[in-house]
Amino acid sequence: MDMRSLLRTLERATLRDIALVCLADALVGASFGAISVSGGLPLWVPVVLSVLVFAGGSQFAAVGVVLSGGGVLAAVATGLVLNARLLPFGFTVADVLDGPWWRRLVGAQLITDETAAFVLQQRGPRRRRAVFWLCGIALYAVWNVSVLLGAVAGGMIGDTDALGLDAAFPAVLLALVLPSLTDRRTRTAAVVGAVVAVAVTPFVPGGLPVLLALVGLLFAGQPGAAEASDGKVPTDEASAGETSEGENDGRPPAGEASERKAPVPAGRVVRADPPMTMKEAAR
Amino acid sequence: MMPLYAVLLLAVGTYAFRLAGPLLGGRLTLSDRLRHLLAVAAAVLLVALVATGALTQGHGFAGWARPAGVLVAGVLAVRRAPFPLVVVAGAATTAVLRLCGVG
Repeated sequence: MDMRSLLRTLERATLRDIALVCLADALVGASFGAISVSGGLPLWVPVVLSVLVFAGGSQFAAVGVVLSGGGVLAAVATGLVLNARLLPFGFTVADVLDGPWWRRLVGAQLITDETAAFVLQQRGPRRRRAVFWLCGIALYAVWNVSVLLGAVAGGMIGDTDALGLDAAFPAVLLALVLPSLTDRRTRTAAVVGAVVAVAVTPFVPGGLPVLLALVGLLFAGQPGAAEASDGKVPTDEASAGETSEGENDGRPPAGEASERKAPVPAGRVVRADPPMTMKEAAR
Repeated sequence: MMPLYAVLLLAVGTYAFRLAGPLLGGRLTLSDRLRHLLAVAAAVLLVALVATGALTQGHGFAGWARPAGVLVAGVLAVRRAPFPLVVVAGAATTAVLRLCGVG
């Protein structure tokens, strides 16, 4: 499968969307490299993390836990729970990777929120396969190069506190997670978790507060209910109850204005937001 | 410090999550309940990281400058400002507050 036939298979708009996602991820990657190294980690840590883990949110999480004085195992555990969301994505794109064993082994590493989202958007096996490989390879290259450049730049920064760079880390994560908070139950679970994490910080070893936030999952609710409040298919029960407009958060019904947006699988978090914001800004 | 074994643990675990679908695709399906829980868990962890990262340093309060910067970034992000602006404005707010003597 050569590059030119890949490109011909896909529509212009899709190619442009992939380019925009790459651009946005380059900025996130550069921030990750810079924040890691300026925070005091050696250059190889963000670079090797990016090559081997290749999942922005968990990379930020692991480095964040370590830089704030948390234990190494807590950092790994946090990253792993975050990346558990890639498990369903793997099942979503499994058909694309059908074929020889090496294709599955290589393709698996390219599964991210973004590639899963693009695959979900495409119809037909040829297009699904083309968009997966094009987006996956492009993102892998862009992500690793930008992390390296950011890490080199981060090494040249002197007083990081005077520049407010310690605020950049939570700021990046906030921008990344916001789009996944449109669902009310997710929001409740997240707020409960955050309150717990901050409240226990003075009393437990570093790194543990973030993991303890998972008690917020008690408020996660049922998948069906979450879907209704997602504004997708307002079922009769949902609209018969207290919900008339409120549950939809004023968002357009599926298929209208939302059509031009990037595809959004339910669990889309982490490096997925900047593409959206950038796209909306570019329009 | 982040030792190499920690990086490798995270890498191997993450790869396993990725590979399960392509390897088992036809023979196994995930329940909607599990999919939902995994997605919410990711959001919960990230928000907790934002909160602790913004408010705490070690076992104590991080001072007012940092959460103020994160708040500015959050408002901009909600208003769908471009990503670079969100991050730079957050850091700049914190930096200016510190310049003015706010902790």
